[in-house]
Amino acid sequence: MQGWKGRDVISIRDFSRDDIEYVLSTAERLEEELKEKGSLEYAKGKILATLFFEPSTRTRLSFESAMHRLGGSVIGFAEASTSSVKKGESLRDTIKTVEQYSDVIVIRHPKEGAARLAAEVAEIPVINAGDGSNQHPTQTLLDLYTIKREFGKIDGLKIGLLGDLKYGRTVHSLSEALSHYDVELYLISPDLLRMPRHIVEELKEKGVKVYETSDLESVIGELDVLYVTRIQKERFPDEQEYLKVKGSYVIDLEILKKVKETLKIMHPLPRVDEIHPSVDSTKYAIYFRQVFSGIPVRMALLALTLGVIE
Amino acid sequence: MSELKVSAIKEGTVIDHIPAGKGLKVIEILNLNTLNGGTVLLAMNVHSKKLGRKDIVKVEGKYLSEEEVNKIALIAPTATVNIIRDYRVAEKFNVEVPEKISGILRCANPNCISNHEYTVPKFYVISKEPLKVRCHYCERTMEEEEILANL
Ligand SMILES: Nc1ncnc2c1ncn2[C@@H]1O[C@H](COP(=O)(O)OP(=O)(O)OP(=O)(O)O)[C@@H](O)[C@H]1O
Ligand SMILES: [Mg+2]
Ligand SMILES: [Zn+2]
Repeated sequence: MQGWKGRDVISIRDFSRDDIEYVLSTAERLEEELKEKGSLEYAKGKILATLFFEPSTRTRLSFESAMHRLGGSVIGFAEASTSSVKKGESLRDTIKTVEQYSDVIVIRHPKEGAARLAAEVAEIPVINAGDGSNQHPTQTLLDLYTIKREFGKIDGLKIGLLGDLKYGRTVHSLSEALSHYDVELYLISPDLLRMPRHIVEELKEKGVKVYETSDLESVIGELDVLYVTRIQKERFPDEQEYLKVKGSYVIDLEILKKVKETLKIMHPLPRVDEIHPSVDSTKYAIYFRQVFSGIPVRMALLALTLGVIE
Repeated sequence: MSELKVSAIKEGTVIDHIPAGKGLKVIEILNLNTLNGGTVLLAMNVHSKKLGRKDIVKVEGKYLSEEEVNKIALIAPTATVNIIRDYRVAEKFNVEVPEKISGILRCANPNCISNHEYTVPKFYVISKEPLKVRCHYCERTMEEEEILANL
């Protein structure tokens, strides 16, 4: 395992299973400690810079909250229009400047590869909070953390990924990360939005059992975890087709009659109408606990890369 | 035996078996078209038993290293490299697709940061046959056709 101090968090591809496990166990440790003490002081005197070249309120707030919970402080901007980028400054120069003011950088940028470039330019650690349609590794880690917290393990689970598997960055990264584990993956999507072939092949090569189907009802009874994502209207040639497909993937109390007692339903949020609100209060729904997972996982990543814990 | 006595060189490198039409591109990729690049001879559409037609590039007074020449593997995977010493072929090797490609290929993804900011584009070869590379920045993969269009 690579040392953590000064390390960048850019792509889930850069993470071995040991790396992932280490982040998850550190997050667990910090969550317990936080519960006990109310607030922590590991990052006292440290400054996080959040550079959001593209707005994403949830992710930004989650990182900021995590840094505050660690006892550190935060500077940054929430959209490119308020920054010098508007005046045409290059990303390199922005990073070179901001690193003089801070100890760790969190970046969200509309261009793919921006976080990788930022990490090459910066001496201080850089954490990717989303680069275009490419990566969002902290989302993947918090997804894994949520599963691990719920089941005490990841190995041996049957996990269903539902919705737009073709364009969905979240499900691509999650399935890549899950390929380090001994899991069975059910890829459930309309034909038009199937998981890209190269990802399916990679999964199989790594020994993951993969089942692809467009029929949710036929497999939902098998699952331990159902990870739901949104299907966007823009992906369909016509409205009719979209409405038909969308209707068949709505999670409501009716379809939940067919599931295992222990099924857990996840969603990266925000949702539109793919999960009916009546599901929220059932024992199956863990998507709000999933949101909470963002805090300990981001605390762990900040503390580890800052080198304030080991 | 050397078919082109006209262009016999004493010391240098002969890149043989380049697919016809790619000779100029080879010269470009190897940066031989610069003033300090030394004398370069290009033979185009030479008859070849193996390839039908081929191009040949001869570089006088310069020994190209394997690493350097491997840059052309993307466009000329069939090429053989001959090191000439005292008019004779002293060494011969085939080009090989390298593990990493940097500087010569552009990313096909228009939204990739490497197409918007100053960077040296870098790619990892994930498969040699069929050829497939992954962009170091945006992580998108490119296959043969896209690669050739972006050299
Ligand atoms: N002194 C030289 N000056 C210029 N070109 C040369 C010289 N000697 C050989 N060559 C060229 O180098 C290439 C390789 O020469 P070689 O004599 O090995 O030919 P070959 O036996 O046909 O090799 P191959 O099996 O690779 O086709 C040929 O294109 C030949 O014309
Ligand atoms: Mg010959
Ligand atoms: Zn790219």
